[in-house]
Amino acid sequence: MNGEIVMDSVPSSVELMESPGNGYKGPSHAATTNACKLCTPLGATLAFKGVEGAIPFLHGSQGCATYMRRYIISHFREPMDIASSSLGEKNAIYGGGPNLKKGLLNAMQKYGASVVGVATTCLTETIGDDVARLLAEFRTEFGDLPLAEVVHVSTPSYNGTHMDGFHGAVKAMADQLCVEATPANGRVNLMPGLVSPADIRHLKEIVRAFGMEPIVLPDYSETLDGPALLEYENIPSGGTPLADIRSMGGSRASIELGRAISTQDTAGTSLASRFGVPLHRLGLPIGIRETDSFFKALKDITGRETPRDLALERGRYIDALVDGHKYVSGMRAVVYGEEDLCVGLTSFLAEIGVRPVLVATGARNRNLAAHIQAACGDVLREMPAVREGVDFFDIVEEAKTLAPDLLVGHSKGQRAAREWKIPLLRVGFPIHDRFGGQRQLCLGYRGAQELFDRLVNTVLEKKQNDSDVGYGYL
Amino acid sequence: MTNTAKAIGAEKAPIFEERKDQIHRIGEGDFAMACNRDSLAGAVSQRACVFCGSRVVLYPIADALHLVHGPIGCAAYTWDIRGALSSGPELHRLSFSTDLQELDVVFGGEKKLAKALDELIVRHEPKAAFVYSTCIVGLIGDDLAAVCKAASARHGIPVIPVQSEGFKGNKREGYLAACKAMRTLVGTGDVSSISPLSVNIMGDFNLAGETWIIKDYLTRMGIEVVAGITGDGRVDDLRRAHGASLNLVQCSGATQDLAKMMRDDYGIPFVRVSWIGIEDVAESLYDVAEHFELTRPELAAGLVDRTAALVREELSTLMPRLAELRRDLEGKKAAVYVGGSFKAFSLVKAFRHLGMEVVIVGSQTGTEEDYRELAAICAPGTIVVDDANPLELSAFIKEKDVDIFVGGVKERPIAFKLGVGFCDHNHERKIALEGFVGMLNFAKEVHASVMSPIWRFVPRRETGRNVSDASTATGAEATGAEV
Repeated sequence: MNGEIVMDSVPSSVELMESPGNGYKGPSHAATTNACKLCTPLGATLAFKGVEGAIPFLHGSQGCATYMRRYIISHFREPMDIASSSLGEKNAIYGGGPNLKKGLLNAMQKYGASVVGVATTCLTETIGDDVARLLAEFRTEFGDLPLAEVVHVSTPSYNGTHMDGFHGAVKAMADQLCVEATPANGRVNLMPGLVSPADIRHLKEIVRAFGMEPIVLPDYSETLDGPALLEYENIPSGGTPLADIRSMGGSRASIELGRAISTQDTAGTSLASRFGVPLHRLGLPIGIRETDSFFKALKDITGRETPRDLALERGRYIDALVDGHKYVSGMRAVVYGEEDLCVGLTSFLAEIGVRPVLVATGARNRNLAAHIQAACGDVLREMPAVREGVDFFDIVEEAKTLAPDLLVGHSKGQRAAREWKIPLLRVGFPIHDRFGGQRQLCLGYRGAQELFDRLVNTVLEKKQNDSDVGYGYL
Repeated sequence: MTNTAKAIGAEKAPIFEERKDQIHRIGEGDFAMACNRDSLAGAVSQRACVFCGSRVVLYPIADALHLVHGPIGCAAYTWDIRGALSSGPELHRLSFSTDLQELDVVFGGEKKLAKALDELIVRHEPKAAFVYSTCIVGLIGDDLAAVCKAASARHGIPVIPVQSEGFKGNKREGYLAACKAMRTLVGTGDVSSISPLSVNIMGDFNLAGETWIIKDYLTRMGIEVVAGITGDGRVDDLRRAHGASLNLVQCSGATQDLAKMMRDDYGIPFVRVSWIGIEDVAESLYDVAEHFELTRPELAAGLVDRTAALVREELSTLMPRLAELRRDLEGKKAAVYVGGSFKAFSLVKAFRHLGMEVVIVGSQTGTEEDYRELAAICAPGTIVVDDANPLELSAFIKEKDVDIFVGGVKERPIAFKLGVGFCDHNHERKIALEGFVGMLNFAKEVHASVMSPIWRFVPRRETGRNVSDASTATGAEATGAEV
């Protein structure tokens, strides 16, 4: 039984397209300077954090968990507990199995976890721990206890980026938790990718407005953006319920966001091939056209028209574009960060009259140029230079030659923006030098509106500060 | 399944059985604590790893290249991570990695490392390079020492391997690896112009310019500072650090190993100091003065008197302003959980000047002796804890009903989630908390958090008052209502 895979906005020829432009061969440095990516297990811990009752668990040395917690906490400003098997030297020689098992029991007993999401690290991948086998042993050895579910994903940090870890963990959850056919549930599976808690909340709101209850995987909209509490929760409330994940095979359709993963095996393809759930693969709904595609998919799935409130948001956004287009028209932007976000942001910038001149990611082999061509070809007269596998050294070196007047991406472009005295529109993860990154909305018409307002105001603020006159009306 | 799984997590006590002897309540039984253990698997330790220990100590050396040999994470998570300031070059604020890929792991990373060193040394012209080993390098068998030696010969600068494989212990082993690396530099510079009344400032990292505050006091006393180790650190300063007559060692673990090595190698004595609080800062300065009056009376005449004058002058500005803040803070309660236990001592004393009591105190890497001394200066009922985790810390915070938590970024969300004030006393701080001026800044920080009107709205303070239903709605109920 094969589910139909609908490439709503992604042309199927995308794989065959050549990178546009200039025969650029990519950087040839042996050294990476100021990386534009994070390590693979970090993404997995974020994905696991979006499941109800789950605790992310790193099989490796203690430092990995602590460094990632610190990094993630600085963005979300929320507790981010990651358990660790805390391997020492002996374990590296004799294998990490005993620590893994002991750690799992502790995580279940003390944290009361109902799901433990185990991600490996370079240490355990290199010593060759067979986690699947260790988990099977664990279930046998402690079979008399009502054990929690354990999902595992292989995330050696020498392979890929945090986005591979994220998507890998989402797929692992679908593969390992949704294993039986379940009755039709009339719902829609939604795999949003690494977006903000505010984005997840808005996506849920949109799907509900079409009369359907989504199963969002992962859903850390509450676990990583929760209320002040009286009692500390070992595991924060919220997250995708385990029962929902188990029932994903019975959903009416799946929607997977992110053009760059649209050629990979994912949770969506797994559910399509095993349970025949039709899969809609779309770009992240950033800006008008990509959001239109998302809405069209929802219309197709539900048979409903766009609810008036949301249609009004679209109308107001277009009205705002008319009001504000001249403030940003012709600006030259450098976009960097995660591949899917890069595509979405480039598409957004292109359609408001900003000219993307360079789009860069630390990830490799993402076919990024082709995805950008597909998303922006109809509005851009000239394609930006598109780079994969680059770091901020490369980005800065190339950007210098392009006279940008705007940077768009996460916090780590701050040094360049400061040096060049140009604005940085902070979007994505991580945002370590501003407040409220977890509540930042980018998706949907409403998200586009917020992005546009922020961009215009950033430009106006700079204009006002730089001006000798300091006009009171702009 | 969800419910049954919860069943095995039914025990409510937040203390892991294996960790009971790493927690002590003063006044309850004889003092005994187990320390320097490996962290318990599955407990979310606040500790880091060997690499972290080395990286933290060497990081502020501003004109050295810091190259992390390994996959990208270790370098990415330590990029510009600390507020360690430099008065000159800022090479330390960049993040360099060999970003090992799968093929490197299979075939070895030595060639890539050599090439990376060549590129970066040519590009940045550093005075020296530190090459950090990570977990994986310890496993694939790259000969770091050989690659570094060859690179050093090619470029004519010291290229120093740091044996900091993450899994080979905890932060302490990382400190030791860093000290061993620095030892190779010490003793290679010209010391002919150094005054006999000279010191190295060790175990201070110039966060928010703190080394400069201490250096100013010492300079006013007539003492020359040879090297900040590693605050505002320079390779050439380290090379001539053996020319100092005395090492001032702050922070229980980080640089004490190097001080011992320098004592053994060059006969330089060291004193343990603390630049936090009031008594500890004054006492540290007096220790320096007394040392020189004793060892070099012909040069140090009147040094103790000059020091007393300096302390008096500083206190005359500080104390009245502290008194104002203290009026509001009197009787409030604090929790302290920091990396090194030595800092915890100073903080306990510092809080007394604010009229506040420390009711929870702990560290990631204290020794039994440290904790015994801590227990001796804290009030009965105080909880002393080694290598704590979020479950324990949150339970202790609630039990003791503290008003402020002093810790690092990993502890901040625990405190904030429960509606407790917070003061960042870790490497990321941007406000100087050392010296007498630092004591005032600390008091202001504590005051700004503790006295904020927002606490009246957090659940633990709203409880018992007549509040609207909205404040008690839990996330689960809210979700349930929507579905």
